[in-house]
Amino acid sequence: MTLVVEAKQKLGHFSLDAGFVSEGGVTALFGRSGSGKTSLIRVIAGLLKPDHGRLVIDGDVLLDTQDRIFVPKHRRRFGCVFQEGRLFPHLTVRHNLDYGRWFAPKNAPAADFNHIVELLGIGALLDRRPGKLSGGEKQRVAIGRALLSAPRLLLMDEPLAALDDERKAEILPYLERLRDETSTPIVYVSHSVTEVARLADKVVMMKDGRVEAAGTPSEVLGGTVFLSSDRRDAGAVLTGTVETVDIPHRLATIRLSAARIVVPDAHVAEGRTVRVQIPERDVMIATRRPEGLSALNILDGAISSIEPDGEGMVRIRIRCGGDMVLARITALSVERLDLRPDMPVFAVVKTVALER
Amino acid sequence: MDWLVLSDEEWTAIRLSLRVSGVAMIVSLPFGIFVAYLLARGKFWGKSILNGVVHLPLILPPVVTGFILLILFGRRGMIGSFLDEYLGIVFSFRWTGAALACGVMGFPLMVRSIRLSIETVDRKLEEAAGTLGAHPAWVFVTVTLPLILPGIIAGMILSFAKAMGEFGATITFVSNIPGETQTLSAAIYTFTQVPGGDAGAMRLTLVAVAISFAALLASEFMAYLVGRRVDIE
Repeated sequence: MTLVVEAKQKLGHFSLDAGFVSEGGVTALFGRSGSGKTSLIRVIAGLLKPDHGRLVIDGDVLLDTQDRIFVPKHRRRFGCVFQEGRLFPHLTVRHNLDYGRWFAPKNAPAADFNHIVELLGIGALLDRRPGKLSGGEKQRVAIGRALLSAPRLLLMDEPLAALDDERKAEILPYLERLRDETSTPIVYVSHSVTEVARLADKVVMMKDGRVEAAGTPSEVLGGTVFLSSDRRDAGAVLTGTVETVDIPHRLATIRLSAARIVVPDAHVAEGRTVRVQIPERDVMIATRRPEGLSALNILDGAISSIEPDGEGMVRIRIRCGGDMVLARITALSVERLDLRPDMPVFAVVKTVALER
Repeated sequence: MDWLVLSDEEWTAIRLSLRVSGVAMIVSLPFGIFVAYLLARGKFWGKSILNGVVHLPLILPPVVTGFILLILFGRRGMIGSFLDEYLGIVFSFRWTGAALACGVMGFPLMVRSIRLSIETVDRKLEEAAGTLGAHPAWVFVTVTLPLILPGIIAGMILSFAKAMGEFGATITFVSNIPGETQTLSAAIYTFTQVPGGDAGAMRLTLVAVAISFAALLASEFMAYLVGRRVDIE
């Protein structure tokens, strides 16, 4: 699957001028509200016609303003999941799920109803009406409805933004399964670092209607553009495999390239590939292995670089095996510990700080 | 209790009234939905003119509306002569004319009710239906129409009730011919014009009250059914 998007549009004093290429998997459009990510996904869905633009999926041109091509939304076969669910209130959950199937072309590969219902855990809701569902349940049904329309691309516009943290935590594992168990490529709009870090294969970071950076989650979320623009959420994004799950303590151990870290999550399956973001402000540095400390994660590594930001804070990159961990500490601490590049140190991370 | 027994003429008037009102309501419904949709969603030149024309029967004296209908749809009228010649439809002094007059008088009420319900439909739902592959016409049938059903029912009942009570435009347009154009209201009026007609007027009044009440109850019941089905939070 190859998706090429380009769009230029003036909307009042905001102008969108962005584009990206996706080769499948989950592409996250990431940025703050007002960065134009929702406008861009609306262009892809056919809900917004840009002044200038091009949209090609696998050689099929769906939008080309130069050649005056504009395929309307109902002929694009893109499944959409919106922030508010948008379930049809006059239909049961089952009929909502069927809605997309009624209009799917007969020769389209039919998505397996039972498999998707099971995947999203909505089997018990089928005969209920959307009005009686919780926010998380509604969103799962909305995802199922989009999937069952046999889409060639799934578009998700902040599907978790309207939910509280607990509901988010409830749905994220379903989205991870979706990514791993279906072959449908996904474009995912979000302003949440956690969601993007966990789900995306590729991140397109947007700001003021333009693409600021694009690449893998580790590249973009650990890169200088993001780190200098968003200090609160900055941190290293690491990929690993779930090694063991400690159900009584509700913890999971994730094996990185060399080190292991413990995260608070008992809902993942062993052997699954996951991504973890380690917020840099939650990482402490010790020059000797600490003892009598509650923190479960003590990673040994060596300082790779020390970058002062000129405001009394310093970002330190620590190489731990093949992974790079970021830490944000005060310049005073750097002086007191006399930290220098290549010095062996221990990065200390509380498990609680890694709540995904 | 003999005075409560309805005479044949009175039964005729009641049946005629029900037929005229029913036909007026059913025939104006598709036009009502179409115009309401245009007014709620359309962006075109002359929208406020259309809105004004639709609402005219509500503002004009019914007699004036009836006279305008007579000019337009009478045998020699612009539209009336055309319909008579090519389609064989005659309105003047027929029950069909009474239905036309009643439909026109009830039209603004019907359009208003449907238009308001179209305006409350969440267009994001229609957008979602479109992204699921539904052609705009199917979106209207499968999403918009079910969601505006309460407004349509309310509009139909209003139109029916207006038709049952319509007097001025009907009597001006198609006169007061027993068995052809004499509706319930016209029959009551006729009774009040003859000595000793009070009992007949009373009987028909009771019938009119009963029919209106039944229509109201029916609309409440249907709104309840629809409300239970749609059940928006």
